[in-house]
Order: sequence, then structure tokens, then C-alpha cells
Amino acid sequence: MSIENVEAMKQVFSRPASLNAVQTHFCPGCQHGVIHRLVAQAMDAFDIQAQTIGVASVGCSVFLYGYFGIDVIEAPHGRAPAVATGAKRVHPQRPVFTYQGDGDLAAIGTSEIIHCANRGEPITVIFVNNTTYGMTGGQMAPTTLPSQKTSTSPYGRNTSKDGYPIRMTELLAGLEGTAYAARVAVDTPQHVLQAGKAIKKAFQTQLRDNGFGFVEVLSTCPTNWGMNPVDANARVAEEMIPYFPLGVFKDAAAQGE
Amino acid sequence: MTKRLFVKGNEAVAMGALEAGCRYYFGYPITPQSDIPEYIAREMPALGGEFIQAESEIASINMLLGASACGARAMTSSSSPGISLKQEGISYMAGSECPGLIVNICRSGPGLGGIDASQADYFQATKGGGHGGYHLIVLAPSSVQEMYDLTMLAFDLSDRYRVPAMILADAVIGQMKEALEPHPYVAPDDLQPKDWALIGPGERGVNKVVKSLYLGDGELEQHNLKLHRKYAEMQEKEVRYEGYELDDAELVVTAYGSTARIAHTAVRMARQQGYKVGLLRPITLFPFPKEAYKHHTAAGQKVLCVELNTGQMVDDVRLAVPCVEVEFYGRAPGAGSLPTPEELFAQIRLHCEVRS
Ligand SMILES: Cc1ncc(C[n+]2csc(CCOP(=O)(O)OP(=O)(O)O)c2C)c(N)n1
Ligand code: SF4
Ligand SMILES: [Mg+2]
Repeated sequence: MSIENVEAMKQVFSRPASLNAVQTHFCPGCQHGVIHRLVAQAMDAFDIQAQTIGVASVGCSVFLYGYFGIDVIEAPHGRAPAVATGAKRVHPQRPVFTYQGDGDLAAIGTSEIIHCANRGEPITVIFVNNTTYGMTGGQMAPTTLPSQKTSTSPYGRNTSKDGYPIRMTELLAGLEGTAYAARVAVDTPQHVLQAGKAIKKAFQTQLRDNGFGFVEVLSTCPTNWGMNPVDANARVAEEMIPYFPLGVFKDAAAQGE
Repeated sequence: MTKRLFVKGNEAVAMGALEAGCRYYFGYPITPQSDIPEYIAREMPALGGEFIQAESEIASINMLLGASACGARAMTSSSSPGISLKQEGISYMAGSECPGLIVNICRSGPGLGGIDASQADYFQATKGGGHGGYHLIVLAPSSVQEMYDLTMLAFDLSDRYRVPAMILADAVIGQMKEALEPHPYVAPDDLQPKDWALIGPGERGVNKVVKSLYLGDGELEQHNLKLHRKYAEMQEKEVRYEGYELDDAELVVTAYGSTARIAHTAVRMARQQGYKVGLLRPITLFPFPKEAYKHHTAAGQKVLCVELNTGQMVDDVRLAVPCVEVEFYGRAPGAGSLPTPEELFAQIRLHCEVRS
């Protein structure tokens, strides 16, 4: 390639402005980083970084405040939707979002997420489902699949005793207060594009004051799944998507149109 | 003429909070404090603030954390079992230096206990009820007027030190009606603007974080020492107490809140019969008026600590004056256990021989 050609090239890919130029602590093959990027792109798209307040949860994503160039409150485990509610009521004009894991949102924080959605708080929730408690070393989560082995389900999740994986998106889509609810994955380029659109939509829902927007992102945890990044990525399509189907489960604005 | 109102203690808290500019309330119903959210739910809309009846006490305290992190004057209120649920959130507020008001109109326990007055949450309130070794500013009103005045003060102290504040009262003070002279809130001159509060990084250009996680070597130790220095500064500057007939007292009765009212009557009865007895009533339970005890027992006086529990504040009194004889009289909380003035007078007679 000649020098002239390089100069004629257009930049089509770069770090989103909302993302800080730092290295993340995520394990190789972890998809938290990809999801961070999509959230940052959504903030860039709406040019809201300067106003945004994020709420970090307890889990592998707790260092959110180091990665996004936004103001951040660190919430207790599971309580991010309540913390975000307080923030949003004080700053109704500023975008507020939470970023929560499946242990955080679907176990200890079920009460807060259900009632936040039910109030129709105009916030955006990014829910990262990796079927395990990543940060604490891979224990069984409410989203752990039937028969899935984890450090606290060493013989596999026994649904007769441990119950069934919770489909949070479907559950929240059933609430009047939820304006937008979608489940996406980031295991293929096509899915990444769809995920990016859904996350934008969830922010747009808030910015248009339509109410509560929720995106569940299926994600990998190669470290605690005991897999290499490639196999972990393959597991998303092979095991997770069949139980956690992708799609938009509620879009009140579209239904209203 | 100043306007006088005849209101409940709980209503006085709500009125004081709104007058002090609190525009965000988050709570969950529980007896005997529900008059507070009911009053605020009624009055807040006209003031343009936000009232949320949350799904639990846990959610309420975390909404308070969020609102406080964004710079708002905000509060929650509850009673003992609900305050237990809030402890994790209170610990986060303490750790992330979020000011805010938590009102505890105590009821008896443990467990579901009863709905009558109790002072058995003294340890929980003053020693840092959650994990991590923090303190709250704890104010103990003993009249309806003080419910109003100390609520305002609690917001000011909390903002000044960025330490969450608690009003510690009980069913007696919360539910009784007496005269209140409301007065306009005057903000102290030295209150700094909350430049630490979150508004989005836009106007200031750098992002800010409200957090309690410190993982770097030595970081958390430094943070804890910083909190500790604030507690020490409050100990120096913010102690408040009331003395009654202390000048020549041979016996210093001490009590706070509801029991201080009963003790006050008992001390008056004893004085009428010539007993040299006085009352030292802590208004700040944290910071505790240690020096006041030293000062008023300097001539070798004896102390009688009266509480509606089996002995909690008495530990702090004994630590404050280790060389002074400190007697304790308490009633375990529960229906019918509120001591009468005559009962406390009998205790005074037991411990005070000197008659003038
Ligand atoms: C009250 C409380 N309980 C437990 C923990 C320990 N803890 C930290 S992270 C975590 C689970 C995180 O899992 P998840 O939300 O799925 O996030 P991930 O790390 O998988 O992204 C737990 C249980 C805590 N910090 N606080
Ligand atoms: S432990 Fe799992 S979720 Fe956490 S960073 Fe590593 S791969 Fe990601
Ligand atoms: Mg997880």
C-alpha cells in the first residue's frame, strides 16, 4: 500500500470518546469489555457523555468508573436501580444508567429491579448475564443453566432443588412500567451490531422520556466456565441462546406508533 | 407573636426537614414513624420535591445514597427493624461520605418486638450499626420543638462533615403532641457548596466518582483515617448537651430523649425535697459529651444513668468518667415498661444521701 493511499483512507473505527484510554482488568475472552464499548458508543451517538451519571454494581464491572468518562456512583450489591432512582429524581434531565451482573440484578437485587421497572423510572439498565457470579469465583447464579457445573453446584444445577434460571427480560417486559426490554448477545459480529442497536434504543427510551429501558446482554466468563475464549464464545450460541432467546420483548414506543 | 402549633413529634421532624430545604424523601411504612412519610407525601408536591414510597427500607436508603451523591438534601425515616435493614446502605453512605438524614423513631425489640418506646438501639446508632467501623452524627431530641430544631441541625452538620446524620427518638417523642414554635431555616454561613456532587462531567470537564471501594495499597487505611479525623473534629466542635440543676448536684442523673423527660420530672421532685441532684441530658449521642461528664463530676459526684434498655449509654458514661461511681437504672423496653417519675425519684433517693 502506498503512502498516498494511507492518507486517503478514512477512519472507520476508533475508541469511543466516552471510553477512557486505559487498559481494563477483564480476563481474556471476557465480553464485559465489548459491552462497555457498546454502551460508550451509545453515549457517543446521543452526545450525552458530559451529562451522564452511571451507577456501578458489585461484580466484575465495579470498576466502571475507571473506564467511562462519566460521573459514577458505586452502589451496594443489587441496589443499583434504587441508587439510580435517587440520582434520576435529583437530575431528571441527565441520563442515568446502571450496569449490573446477573448475580447482582437477578438474585440479591430482584426487588430493586422489579420495582424500579414498575415505577417506570426513566433510566437505562444494562444487564450482563454470564450465568455465574464472576467476581466471587464462579458460584451458581440465578441464571446458571440446568445441569451447569459451578463451584457451588459441583454436580450441576439441580432444578428440582436449585430452581430454574430466571429469564429477567421476559419477566420485566411483563410490567406496565417497562418501556423497552430486549435480550442480545455479542458472540458474532451480527449480534454485536444488534446489541449496539438495542443499547442505543434503551438510551433513546430514556432520552425521549418514554420510561424504563432494559437490555440483557448474554456474556462470557471463560475464567469461571473453565473454557478458553473461543469455546466460551461458542457456548453462548450452543447453550445460552436456546434457553435465553434473543429479541425485543417489549417496545412500548414502537407499539404506540 | 410567634405562631405556636400543636403537633406530633413526627410531624415536627417532617416540618423541620422541609423547612431546611430537604426536597427528597424515600421511605417505607412502619409504626411508630409513619406520620413522617404521610406528612411529607402531602406537602412535598407543592414544594416541587420528590416523595417515593419505596419497595423496602433497603431500597429507600439506597435511593437516599443516589440522591445524596447528586448533591441533594435528602432523607429517609423508619423504625428499628427498618433501620436494621438500612445498615448496609448507611455503611456505604458513611464510606462514600454522602451526607443525608436517617430518622429512627425506635420501637422495642429484638425481632418484631413491640411498637412501644425503646432506647435499645443506642449501640446500633452510636457505634456504627453496619460494617466497617464508621460513625454517624446522632442527635437525640427530647421534645417536639427539638424534633424540629435538631432535624435542621442534623442536615447542617451532615452537610458540613459529609457524614450521615441520625435523629434517634422513640415512640414517646414521635407520637406525643406538644407546642411547637416553627421558625425559618437559616443556613449556616460556613456551609460549602457541594462541589463533590455528581452532575455529569460536562461542566467541569473531569469525571467524578462517589464510592467506598479502595483497593490500592494503603488507600483504604488513609480513607479510614480521614473519616476518623472528622469524627475527632466533631468531638471537639459539635458536642451538645443540656444541664439542669447541675451546679451543686451531688448526684448527676443522666438520660437522653424520652427518659430524660421523665428523669427531669424526678429531679424536680427530688429538688423540692432538698436532694442535691441535677440532670445531664446528652443531645448529641455521637459525638458523646465526654467532657461534660468530666466537668460536672469533677468534685467527686456520683452519676445515675437512666435508660429504657438494659444498659447501653451507661458504658459511654463509664468510659467518660472512669474514676466516678456510675449507677445504672434501666427498664427493658416493651409495653408498660416506661418508668414513672416516682420510680426514678425512688432511684434518686437510693443513690443520693445528701439533703440540704
Ligand atoms: C451484600 C453482598 N453480598 C455478597 C457480595 C459478594 N459479591 C461480590 S460480586 C458478587 C457476584 C457478582 O456476580 P454478578 O453480579 O453476576 O457479576 P459478574 O462478576 O459475574 O459480572 C458477589 C456475590 C457483596 N459484595 N455484597
Ligand atoms: S471473572 Fe469472568 S466476568 Fe469477571 S472479568 Fe473474568 S471472565 Fe469476565
Ligand atoms: Mg455474572
